Amino acid sequence: MPKKPSPAAKSAVALLVATRKGAFIVRSDAARRSWKLSAPLFLGHMIHHVVQDPRDPRVLLAAARTGHLGPTVYRSKDFGRTWKEAVRPPAFKKAADGKGRVVDHVFWLTPGHPSEPGVWLAGTSPHGLFRTADGGATWDGLDTFNESPRYSEWCGGDATPDGPKMHSVTIDPRDPAHLYIGMSSGGIMESPDGGRTWTSLNKGLDVVAGFDASDQLVHDPHCLRQHPANPDRLYQQNHCGIYRLDRPGDTWVRIGRNMPKQIGDVGFPMTLHPRNPDACWVFPMDGTDVWPRTSPGGKPAVYGTRDAGKTWKRLDKGLPKKDAWLTVKRQAMCADAHDPVGLYFGATQGSVWGSRDEGRSWAKLAEHLPHIYAVEAAAVPR
Amino acid sequence: MRVIIPSALHSYTGGKRQAEAVGKTVAELIKDLDRQFPGFGFRIVDEQGALRPHIRVSVNLEVVASLDSVVKPTDEVALIQAFSGG
Repeated sequence: MPKKPSPAAKSAVALLVATRKGAFIVRSDAARRSWKLSAPLFLGHMIHHVVQDPRDPRVLLAAARTGHLGPTVYRSKDFGRTWKEAVRPPAFKKAADGKGRVVDHVFWLTPGHPSEPGVWLAGTSPHGLFRTADGGATWDGLDTFNESPRYSEWCGGDATPDGPKMHSVTIDPRDPAHLYIGMSSGGIMESPDGGRTWTSLNKGLDVVAGFDASDQLVHDPHCLRQHPANPDRLYQQNHCGIYRLDRPGDTWVRIGRNMPKQIGDVGFPMTLHPRNPDACWVFPMDGTDVWPRTSPGGKPAVYGTRDAGKTWKRLDKGLPKKDAWLTVKRQAMCADAHDPVGLYFGATQGSVWGSRDEGRSWAKLAEHLPHIYAVEAAAVPR
Repeated sequence: MRVIIPSALHSYTGGKRQAEAVGKTVAELIKDLDRQFPGFGFRIVDEQGALRPHIRVSVNLEVVASLDSVVKPTDEVALIQAFSGG
């Protein structure tokens, strides 16, 4: 396990904020004490994800569409100053009868393995997995998933209000061919061979009462994370709880059972400590009666564990003490590489919050932004 | 023939609000526009060949239902961004 922060830990931090009405970059100074909000990028476009390429920190990819126009991907080679659209954005194969699937939006972007420069993977709504080998200019579907005769066994059609999603596209840092994906109405799947074959990985996960857990389509992982320092450890925030899985085991353990009962273990994001495999953070939401999906009791808090989920600590210093009904989506919470780790989240009502001490205290970094879909921490290129 | 371009697509046409395109059907017109302005077509016609849900096409002020609708060189065609919500 690496004990020291990466070189990125010495950089100023830029938060790549994707919203329903454009993207924004919130930049810190090197000490992460002062923050400055950029002018909007792609104002009016629905931006689902903006991600930095750790192999070339100047490169950003953005997943975009508008209310009228179809989905596409933009690439910047100068950290967001200029952008170029994909020549061939992710798209499903054309069906002979013209009734095939249509990509509604690109939901998730994942930079490829360090050994594969130019490779990125993308997850879409409806469920689809796409790959580029030229840095995002041209995208092809992984036919072994998208066109598999078993697609309908793996991917359900009804789920998230704005469409079933493939998310949490994850590449094992030890092996570029070893993949995990998460799907609303589809669960977790694993591929050992770059996506040619797939197996389900949902044992131990609870489902909504009345459903049969052996049916893959009723599983609803919200966010899967593989620990970079111990890739055999996976954490998951699911519709039905918080889980940990230590491979080669195949049965998830519901570590959310150890959360305070009045808070519960429902939420969207899952954020890992970049170096300590026992530490992670979640942002609980109200999953009672009609599922408000807001901070329980109007009192937002991050909960963190440092013992792999045996115990959890409430981290709310600096966050509103009452009357704050925040919702934080699955891509909207992240960590930087500093020591101590910086934590960040963006709420759907447009505020961005940050902690430079691993969640012990929080400050508002930006407000009045559009509905926030995603927040990713990037190292500002030198 | 003359095609009126909606504001959402002006980034492709270099800000031009109208463009000249050729074709015997609406689909062929859009194909020609995509040739002139790469990327234009996929933003308004999906991978199955259908108009995207919030795009409409009018020919001489009549909204047409099909991309196979026939057009003549004297027609005025408008691509319309319609009713996509707030």
